[in-house]
Amino acid sequence: MKKAVTNWGNYPIMESEEITFRTIGELKSQLNTDKAVIARGNGRCYGDASLSEVTVNTLKYDKITAFDTETGVITCQAGVTLDQLLDVIVPKGWFLPVTPGTKFVTIGGMVASDVHGKNHHVDGAFSRHVLELDLLTGSGDIVTCSASHLPELLEATCGGMGLTGIILSVRFQLKPIETSYIAQHRIKAPNLEALLELFETHKDVTYSVAWIDCLQKGDAFGRSILLMGEHAKAAQVAGGDPLKLPRKKSIRFPFNLPSWVLNTFTVRAFNWVYYNKALHKDKHSIISYDTFFYPLDSVLHWNRGYGKNGFVQYQFVIPIENKQGLIDILKRISDKGWGSFLAVLKVFGEQKGGIQFPMEGYTLALDFPVREGLFPFLEELDQLVLSYGGRIYLSKDARMSAETYRSGYNGAAEHFSKLLHQYNPEQKFRSVQSARLAITRS
Amino acid sequence: MDTMAEALILGAGSDMAVAIARRLAERKVNLVLAGRDMELLSDLRADLEIRYGVGVRLVYFDALDYASHRSFYSELGSPSITVCAFGYLGDQDKGMEDWLEAERILATNFTGAVSILNIVAADYMQRGSGMIVGISSVAGDRGRGSNYLYGSAKAGFTAYLSGLRNRAFKKGVTVITVKPGFAATRMTAHLNLPPALTASPEQVATAVVKGMDRKQNTVYVKGLWKWMMLVIGMIPENVFKKLSL
Repeated sequence: MKKAVTNWGNYPIMESEEITFRTIGELKSQLNTDKAVIARGNGRCYGDASLSEVTVNTLKYDKITAFDTETGVITCQAGVTLDQLLDVIVPKGWFLPVTPGTKFVTIGGMVASDVHGKNHHVDGAFSRHVLELDLLTGSGDIVTCSASHLPELLEATCGGMGLTGIILSVRFQLKPIETSYIAQHRIKAPNLEALLELFETHKDVTYSVAWIDCLQKGDAFGRSILLMGEHAKAAQVAGGDPLKLPRKKSIRFPFNLPSWVLNTFTVRAFNWVYYNKALHKDKHSIISYDTFFYPLDSVLHWNRGYGKNGFVQYQFVIPIENKQGLIDILKRISDKGWGSFLAVLKVFGEQKGGIQFPMEGYTLALDFPVREGLFPFLEELDQLVLSYGGRIYLSKDARMSAETYRSGYNGAAEHFSKLLHQYNPEQKFRSVQSARLAITRS
Repeated sequence: MDTMAEALILGAGSDMAVAIARRLAERKVNLVLAGRDMELLSDLRADLEIRYGVGVRLVYFDALDYASHRSFYSELGSPSITVCAFGYLGDQDKGMEDWLEAERILATNFTGAVSILNIVAADYMQRGSGMIVGISSVAGDRGRGSNYLYGSAKAGFTAYLSGLRNRAFKKGVTVITVKPGFAATRMTAHLNLPPALTASPEQVATAVVKGMDRKQNTVYVKGLWKWMMLVIGMIPENVFKKLSL
């Protein structure tokens, strides 16, 4: 049945035929089509990466099939979401090696986007922890790939946006923890210069992320809060079960807000409250992993706050040596004043191989409600990002041009196209995004 | 429900059954998964064992193979709870032309269920304890032009369950009829269902387990359905026959 499908940004929206499956047999029997097909998990990429004529919904393919609690090696089907996984692994003393800022993504999506977390500078992206995965390729074969068997296919699949085939199941290595808590260190930074110095001083801390108020100008330009964390040791947690799961509590955004609600004034007020809530300049605390990693998950459907026109999240990375570029781009955004509920800065370490987004450098992510004139403005930003040697994150993207993609990912894009030609020659698997970026035909 | 109880899930591969199995396993109820798709069921077994640390057994079960039901049940041991979750929506128009389709609808939703539950109920009544949960449907509350093969089979099943409840109650056996209303499952994936009246498999499972705790006679998943079916039931047949439903 055709239905309207859209991802987290509520932009774009398109009609798509949806396939669901519980077994490989059920999947195969439905893939006999000439139409464009792409896998889709929980729809938490922001743009059009998992939109196509036919979407393969993986959410019913959601079984955890093996978990060795001694070694922390787990195997699960693509449709398992992180919130389900955490409920199982945390009480056994294990945690995700890498996690994005929401636990409502699927494992298949984690691989396809090769997600990074607040620990990229220490632990790399998710692909570094993947031991093996099963993929249904364009020929209908199920191929198992790993570092020793078909390593190139593994490389092209991690971060490959689902274009090599349908990711069926993933075996990966978890990370041992003593407690379910995070020892958080929070520091207020009065401006961007101070923030970047703090990142440098604390570069050995496992998790770090900064929330920037990008409406500040002058001396307070880049005013921000740096949040850092380590998994708390048993001795740091007083009494009770150290591996206790956080209580599940959430509120729900019931409907789309009219778009005028998030104007400069409200965003300014929000940022002011957020900054001033952090009363102390420097504070240590022991908090649950939910509070540290997934603060926005407690407001289900927060994306509705941007109104029915939707929004795009703009995330780019620029090389570490081009710090000036970060300042330059942030200034443009600040001058434009088109707001951003969220402005998140992280530092990436080195990344090897593949089509992956990360490179050693700074990555900044911002939300922009869709409005007239936005795309030309983002096009200007693209040119700046490219001029500083940076690139745009495909999982957030809904609008960049094929030229911007090719310039940003230069060598990697060509290599990726070659691998796709080898493993998905008919281009059965393609998305609105892959067509827009001329990675595949439309 | 006892925490050491064991539940037999008949038709364990369906979306509703998976959700019910997970809710029961969460409560530390051990499970016997019975169905035809062993690939699916063995993945589900691993999943339930890993997620909830319960014991799970697998048994092949075909609702339409009546002759096998007695030996199937006698080899099971004796799970104290039986959830009858298999069903087949089928195609009304095809069923009008093709007896095999009509028969499959009637047999899966009614006679197959009667065949196996007769055996289960006899055992439970003899033991003087046990709980039977039957997933029926609001479609059985009144026949509609668009799906009365399915509806009439479910009507039969609902009447069977209510009669069984009447008899088994005196023998200490609980019988629960579940009428999920619209549910967003594979069975209905091709239909356009109104969101306000449509439950997720997880909502169905939550309502079922709550109904089991309270030993409710009939479980409606979304409260609105109870009233809607009451109203639909009151429409005079002379009017009803002119509606397109």
